[in-house]
Amino acid sequence: METDLLKVEDLRTSFYTDEGEVKAVDGVSFILPKGKTLGIVGESGSGKSITALSILNLLASNGKIVGGEINFKGKNLLSFSDKEMREIRGNAISMIFQEPMTSLNPVFTVGQQISESIIKHQKLSKKEANIRSIELLKLVGIPSPDKRVKQYPYELSGGMRQRVMIAIALACNPEMLIADEPTTALDVTIQAQILGLIRGLQTRFGMSVIMITHDLGVVAETCDFVAVMYAGQVVEYSDIFTLFEEPKHPYTIGLMNSLPRHDVEIEKLEPIRGNVPNPKEMPTGCRFSPRCPAATDLCRREMPELLKDDDGNDVRCWIYSEKWEGEAEVTVYGEKRIAKGHGSETILSD
Amino acid sequence: MTKFIIRRLLQTIPVLIGVSILVFSLMYLIPGDPAQMIAGEAASPQTVEQIREKLGLNEPPPKQYLKYMSNIIQGDLGNSIRSGRPVADEIKARFWVTVELSFYATILAVFIGLIAGIVSAVKHYTWSDVTIMIVALFGLSMPNFWFGLMLIQWFAIGSWMPDWMPQMRASGWGDDWKQVILPVVTLGTGGAAIIARMTRASMLEVVGQDYIRTARAKGMGERVVIYRHALKNALIPVITVVGLEFGGFLGGAVLTETIFAINGMGRLTIDAIRTRDFPIVQGTVLIISFLFVFVNLLVDISYRLLNKRIDLN
Amino acid sequence: MVKKELLKVTGLKQYFPIKGGLMGRTVNHVKAVDDISFTIHEGETVSIVGESGCGKSTTGRAILRLEEPTEGSVVFNGDELTTLSKREMRTHRKDLQIIFQDPYASINPRQTVADVLDEAMTIQKILPAKQRRKRIIELLETVGLNEYQADRYPHEFSGGQRQRIGIARALSVDPKLIICDEAVSALDVSIQAQVLNLLEELQEEFNLTYLFISHDLGVVRHISDRVIVMYLGKIVEIGDKYSIFENAKHPYTKALLSAIPVPDPKAVKKHIVLKGDVPSPIDPPAGCRFHTRCPFAQDKCKVDVPELIVHEGMREGHQAACHFVEEIENGTLQAAEFEETFFG
Repeated sequence: METDLLKVEDLRTSFYTDEGEVKAVDGVSFILPKGKTLGIVGESGSGKSITALSILNLLASNGKIVGGEINFKGKNLLSFSDKEMREIRGNAISMIFQEPMTSLNPVFTVGQQISESIIKHQKLSKKEANIRSIELLKLVGIPSPDKRVKQYPYELSGGMRQRVMIAIALACNPEMLIADEPTTALDVTIQAQILGLIRGLQTRFGMSVIMITHDLGVVAETCDFVAVMYAGQVVEYSDIFTLFEEPKHPYTIGLMNSLPRHDVEIEKLEPIRGNVPNPKEMPTGCRFSPRCPAATDLCRREMPELLKDDDGNDVRCWIYSEKWEGEAEVTVYGEKRIAKGHGSETILSD
Repeated sequence: MTKFIIRRLLQTIPVLIGVSILVFSLMYLIPGDPAQMIAGEAASPQTVEQIREKLGLNEPPPKQYLKYMSNIIQGDLGNSIRSGRPVADEIKARFWVTVELSFYATILAVFIGLIAGIVSAVKHYTWSDVTIMIVALFGLSMPNFWFGLMLIQWFAIGSWMPDWMPQMRASGWGDDWKQVILPVVTLGTGGAAIIARMTRASMLEVVGQDYIRTARAKGMGERVVIYRHALKNALIPVITVVGLEFGGFLGGAVLTETIFAINGMGRLTIDAIRTRDFPIVQGTVLIISFLFVFVNLLVDISYRLLNKRIDLN
Repeated sequence: MVKKELLKVTGLKQYFPIKGGLMGRTVNHVKAVDDISFTIHEGETVSIVGESGCGKSTTGRAILRLEEPTEGSVVFNGDELTTLSKREMRTHRKDLQIIFQDPYASINPRQTVADVLDEAMTIQKILPAKQRRKRIIELLETVGLNEYQADRYPHEFSGGQRQRIGIARALSVDPKLIICDEAVSALDVSIQAQVLNLLEELQEEFNLTYLFISHDLGVVRHISDRVIVMYLGKIVEIGDKYSIFENAKHPYTKALLSAIPVPDPKAVKKHIVLKGDVPSPIDPPAGCRFHTRCPFAQDKCKVDVPELIVHEGMREGHQAACHFVEEIENGTLQAAEFEETFFG
């Protein structure tokens, strides 16, 4: 299909440590349509950042993509040579990171760091690249860009540095931007500035965005599609409205029930019991089964596939499969499923 | 920045005064009467008394120190007891020999150390890394007098001596540049090992930083990532070590110069100690200490120029 | 019912000197907390919210005298804390406990959980040594850990469990007030909810009072009775939860609330996007400290420091430090460069 800019299928990435193989990403599939924003949401250790780094193959030296496909404009990036990948990075696909304070090189000026990619990918001269850098700084809303271009990162605040990172990412008019928790380290008023900026630039340039975050609020405000990750897998993938109105996976529901909100009064939070599993000792069967209030023997025994429905929404849960027995439970679950998140009763307490 | 340099310069003053007090006290810390030593065991009490008077040893120590200091400031470091010539002249004749030796040793250490360190870091955990680090450990552990002797044994006296290696001469440090090789290697090896280890550690730390990932995400090749983005940051702590090493070489030259019979300040010091020529000992220790402080000052300033992250506050 | 005042902070200032110049003299101060006053009643939860650098954590540390406050008074349970000797303060620390964001940093990694709790009780001479073991088990169960975990080391626990250990340690000395300094900020949402519920249960069970310091307004709304909003070392607004979240009067509070993304894709939101960064607390702006970013700022704001007072249309106990609350409310004062963005 023409409209799918990025299609990831059954991606698996492992790290090889002294204690053996750690399957950090183990079954990730999603689609990013052209010009849209996909959110990858999950808690720490869910593998969301590793997924992002895998797309550009920026993994640490002990990490390796062991399976799956990453199709970008119909071509599998995993079949690309190192040199071909370097042509993609910073050019067709750019990335910004969580820590603006440490993501810029302290010994080069802002201008040098922006120019570098322009010179490499667009073959402009140093002087032309500098002019373009100033334009980019202006574009990302940095005041007096002709002065800032000569400054070093330490002279800028966190919010300004993240703007510079965005300017670097935009330098070569990428078709896709991967933003890995771009606002997590920033204060909320600065977060609003940066999210607004990304959104505005996206509309202006028709960029597609992957927004990696742990914050359901950021997802709701910026994304068109969402992939929810748990323990290295995508457990639910759907459009943003379906996800918030009809969350299907018990983990997604649990996440929403755990969230305290500033805009609505919630009597009692309903947390998910237990802890995230250790990636070295993943539970057999469904990885969420030890924490899932609806889990049955089937869940504990066999890992569910990512089930696809006709609307293109996916869920990795036995409840929605033909194998699920005991109708009553399904019905109960189905009833409560519409009890979205907060303020209403939930079935997910034990 | 100017403010920093001025402050840093002012800070060296107490250090220099402290050093000079220590050096001055050397005379008193050593057992025996300096005047007696100067006069010799056989001298008559009158001669000793005359010498004492002449050197001002009868005056209270603080007054002596002030006089000593005012002489130093005027460039007068006293006269050698043995030759009777001014200490300043004796040192002047040998000063540049030692500085030159230390300078070459530093260049050697930086050259070998950097290359070895970078290779080690880039090929982290491979056999080349392990080999380099083992060699560096040897380089670090070897006392340089022993290493110097071994080098002489192998290259200058033994059967391995290549044709072009000149025969050692008692006078040493002639016009032949090849004579420089063995002493410089002797002196520089330890430093090369330290710099190699430092560069490796520093590179490994820098390579794990977020901004290196940013550089890769921009599509930069490995060469650019390592030599442009990583090395420039990794070198900042290494500069400090290089500066300190150069200072250390000035002191370390004592043994090397003795082994290779080079007429530098080190050898002058050793000879002076042997013959109890105190003014010379004081003079050389003072000059080497001052040089060391000065090098440290330069290191501090260059560190700041390089590392823009350190703010004045 | 008149509630008992447990903590009364008056005119608290915390300045940190900046060394500089040729001789390393103190050339200036970081005015981290600059003349703030508030009261906490027994059994309630008061939160301090604000962005980084607003002085919220410094306030907590100054109350406990982890950093000696520059000026001001802190009266706890009738005793003035700022004038106590170090030793007297130590006995008072029994009643005032603190839980940090990263409990791992404040726990000795070579001590087992039981050792950590035992030590806390020994210092405050809580129980005879023989009865302590039983108490430790009780405490662990109270915070949702198991008996068999008592002899494990901190690194064997997950982040949420470590925070439970931190809570158990604070509880071990039967405190009256617990200062929670970003205590749940580092936790994942599902674990954060567990810990928040635990804190609420404990409050009920032991009649605890919380001073809750956080940047997360969702968490603050959920846990607090009253809320203090700080900006650049000053309190800009204070009030009960309803007043702050549903009826905010200070332009900064409004902007802060509107900046938070809402986890509902259908919510149509008006964002007030503040321009620029928070100014440096070394030379904070004169007059109202918010005037450099405030869309309503007038000349008066650049000169006069606004007082924290009850304005028209505000409930008792709801105060805002703004010259133009009434004018903004009735629309006679319009926002200058209101950047509005619509999402969703």
